[in-house]
Amino acid sequence: MSEDREERGQSTTIHAPTSPQVHNEFDAVPSKPLTQEPLSQGQLIWRNFKRHRLGMLGGIVIILLALSALFADFLGPYSYATRHNRLGYAPPTPIHFFRDGNLTWPFVFGIKHDKDPDTSADIFSEVQSQEYPIRLFVQGDSYSLLGIFSTNIHLFGTGEPEQSTGQLFLFGTDLWGRDLLSRTLIGGRVSLAIGPAVLIFSLFVGILLGGISGYYGRWVDMLIQRLIEVLQSFPALPLFLALAAVLPPSLPNSYRFWGIVLIFSLLGWTFQARVLRGQFLALREQEFTLAAKAMGSSDLRVIFRHLLPNAISFVIVSATLAIPSLIIAEATLSFLDLGIKEPMTSWGALLNGAQQWSVLMSRSWLMIPGIFIVVTVLAFNFLGDALRDAIDPYSSNRG
Amino acid sequence: MLSYIFRRVLYMIPTLFAVTLVSFGIILIYESVSGTYVDQFRLNPNVTQETRDQLEHQLGLDKPPYLRYLTWVQGIFISTDAVNTKTGEPWKVWSFGHFNLPLLNLAIPYPRWYPYFGESFQNRRPVTDLFLQYLPFTMLMTIPIFLFTWLVSIPIGIYSATHQYSLGDHTVTFLGFLGLSIPGFFLALIIVFLLAGPLNVGSVCWPMEGRKYCLGVTGIFSQAYMGSPWPWDWSWGKLVDYLWHLWPVVLVLGSGAMATLIRIMRGSMLDILGSNYIKTAKSKGLSDRVVVWKHAARNAINPIVSVFGQFLPFLIQGALVTAVVLNIPTVELFYYQSLLNVDEYVIVTILMFFAFVLLIGNLLADILLAMVDPRIRYE
Repeated sequence: MSEDREERGQSTTIHAPTSPQVHNEFDAVPSKPLTQEPLSQGQLIWRNFKRHRLGMLGGIVIILLALSALFADFLGPYSYATRHNRLGYAPPTPIHFFRDGNLTWPFVFGIKHDKDPDTSADIFSEVQSQEYPIRLFVQGDSYSLLGIFSTNIHLFGTGEPEQSTGQLFLFGTDLWGRDLLSRTLIGGRVSLAIGPAVLIFSLFVGILLGGISGYYGRWVDMLIQRLIEVLQSFPALPLFLALAAVLPPSLPNSYRFWGIVLIFSLLGWTFQARVLRGQFLALREQEFTLAAKAMGSSDLRVIFRHLLPNAISFVIVSATLAIPSLIIAEATLSFLDLGIKEPMTSWGALLNGAQQWSVLMSRSWLMIPGIFIVVTVLAFNFLGDALRDAIDPYSSNRG
Repeated sequence: MLSYIFRRVLYMIPTLFAVTLVSFGIILIYESVSGTYVDQFRLNPNVTQETRDQLEHQLGLDKPPYLRYLTWVQGIFISTDAVNTKTGEPWKVWSFGHFNLPLLNLAIPYPRWYPYFGESFQNRRPVTDLFLQYLPFTMLMTIPIFLFTWLVSIPIGIYSATHQYSLGDHTVTFLGFLGLSIPGFFLALIIVFLLAGPLNVGSVCWPMEGRKYCLGVTGIFSQAYMGSPWPWDWSWGKLVDYLWHLWPVVLVLGSGAMATLIRIMRGSMLDILGSNYIKTAKSKGLSDRVVVWKHAARNAINPIVSVFGQFLPFLIQGALVTAVVLNIPTVELFYYQSLLNVDEYVIVTILMFFAFVLLIGNLLADILLAMVDPRIRYE
C-alpha cells in the first residue's frame, strides 16, 4: 500500500537530525579545543547550508525581493493606483545618457500619445524638445512608509505633476496609465507574503492534527487520515478556484488576502500532517520516548519536549519546499481573476491584464511581472533544495 | 491482486460520495454569500420578479439544499425520470446512438444510457451531454502530452544521470529548474506571444479543397476543422492541423511535468548507479549498455511510477490555465466558466470527475508499481 511505502521511506531518513551531529562532532574535534561545546543542530544546518552556493544566492535574491516589496512605495516612482489619463499602455520610457554624443546625467524626453488615424492604434513618440532629467529623492504621490511615516519622497522619478508629459515608466504602463514598475513592486507584497502566511496556518494545524494522529494512533489516526484522504482527493487548483469564488467580490483586499491564505491552508495542512505523522510513528517507538514515558511524563510533555524537537526540522523543510507551488497557485488564482482584486495587485493579477492575446501582441512589456514570478520561484526552489540537503545528508547527491 | 483492486474500487465510492458532499457544501456557502444563479438577474431590469421566481422554480432552486442534493444523487442511479426543466419533457437518457464505420460505410446502432448528473442552469441541457462535448478536447490535449512527457523524460533522466556533471546534464538540470519555476499560464502567454508575434505563424497557409487554411496559435483545431472531434471524420489536413495546435500545448503543459519527472528519474538513477550490485555488474565485464538499461534503469523506474498518481491532477491543473490562455474548450475551461456562473450541478459533477481521475490515477500507480517491482505484493 502507498501508506506503507511512505512510512518505510520516512524511517530510512529518520536518523537524519541526529546523525550529522554525531558525524560532525568527530570532524570538529581536532581543530577546536576539547572544551568546545558541540555545535547545536541549528549551527550544523547553517554550516551545511553555507556550502550550497545556489541556495545562498536564492536566499539573497529572496531577501532583496522582500526588501523591495517592503519599501515598494519608496522605490517605485508612483503610487500603485495613480492613473495617467492619456498614457494608457505607454511602452517603457527610454532613458537617454548621451546628449549630442556627450555623456550627461540620465534624462527622458516627454511622451506624446497619438492615435493612428486609420487603425486607431496607439502611437507613442518622444518629444525631443522637452527634456526631463531623472532626479533622486523626488516628491511625488504621498504614502506611508512601513505604515508608520507619512511621506511623499520617492527614490527616483522626474518629479513632474501627473498631467505633465515628462513621466518615467521603466516597465511601461497598463490600460489605465498606471506605472507597471510601481505596481510590480507593490504586487510583490502579496506574492511573497502568501507562502509564509499559509505555512504559519498550515504548520499550526498540521502539527496539531499530524502529531495527534501519529502519537495516539488507532481510531483518532484513522479518522484524521480519512479526512486527509478526502481533502487530498480533490485536485488542488479546481478546489482553490471553487473556494476563491466563494469570497464575496465586495470583500476588501486585506480580508481577501487572508481568505486566500485560509483556502490554501485548508489543503496545505494535510501535507504537513502527513510528514509529521510519519515522523511521530517512527519516533514514538524509540527508546527515549519509552524512557520519558517510564519516568511518568504526560502525553503533552512527550509530544512537545521529546517528539516535536526531533521532527520539526523535517516538517519545516518540507513546508519550505511547498512555498514555490503556493506562489504559483496564488499567481494562477489572481490571473484567473479569482484572487486579489483591483486596485491592489499581485504579480498574477498584473498578468491578468495580458490575458487577451490581442492586447499582448503589441504590448509585450505587460509580461514583465511574470519574470518576477519566475525569479522568485526559482530562488525559493534553490533555497528549499539547499535547506533539504543541509538538513538531510543522505539526499546530497540528488539533482 | 484482483481482490485488492476490487477493494480499492469499492473504497472509492464513499470517498467520491464525501467529495460530492464537500463540493455541494462549498456551493451552498457560495450561494449564501454571492447569491444563486437566478440572483445574477436581479440587477437586470428586463427580468421581472415573476420571471425570476418562475426560473427559480423550474431549476429547483426554491427547494431546500438537502432535497436538491438528494435529487441529484438519485438522478445518477435512477436517471429514467430525468425531465427537461424548460419543457417538462423527459430527457433521453435511454436512446439508440450509432457508430459510424468510415471505411465500410456502416452505421452500427448501440443502446445508449448515461447517468443523469442534473441539468446545467446556463445551457438548460443535461450536464452529462455537455460534459461529453468537452471531454474529447481534454483527451485530445492530455493523452498525447501524457505519453510524450513519459517517453521523453525517462531517457533524458537516464542520460542526465549517466553523464553526471557533463554539459548536457547541467543543461537538463538548469532547464528542469526553469520548467519547475515558470507558472503554466505565463509560459502559455510567452508561447502565444512568440508564435503570433515575432514568428508570425498565421502567415503559413496551405490550400485544400479549394480553400486556404492558415495556421493558428490558439485552440486545438482551426476554425475550418472545428465541429465535434468525436465523429471519426479525421482527414490528413485535420491531423496536421491538430498536431500543429498540439505542440504549443505540449510545450506549455509538458515542460513542468517533464521537469519533475526528469528530476525524479535522475535522482533515483544516481542512487542506483552508486550501489554495489552495479559495481559488481561492471566488474563482471558487462557492457555499459546492459548495466545501464538492464540493471540500473529497471530498478530506478520505481519512484517515477509512484508519482504516476500525482501526474493526472497535475495535468488537470495545467490544462485549466492552458485552456484559458489558448482558448481550448476542455472540461477544465467548462468548469472555470461554470464556476463564474454558479452553475451548481456542473461544478459538483466536474469536481467529482476530477476526484475520480485522481483516485484512478493513484490506483493505477499502485498497480503499475506492483507490475514493475515484483517485491511489492498486495493482498
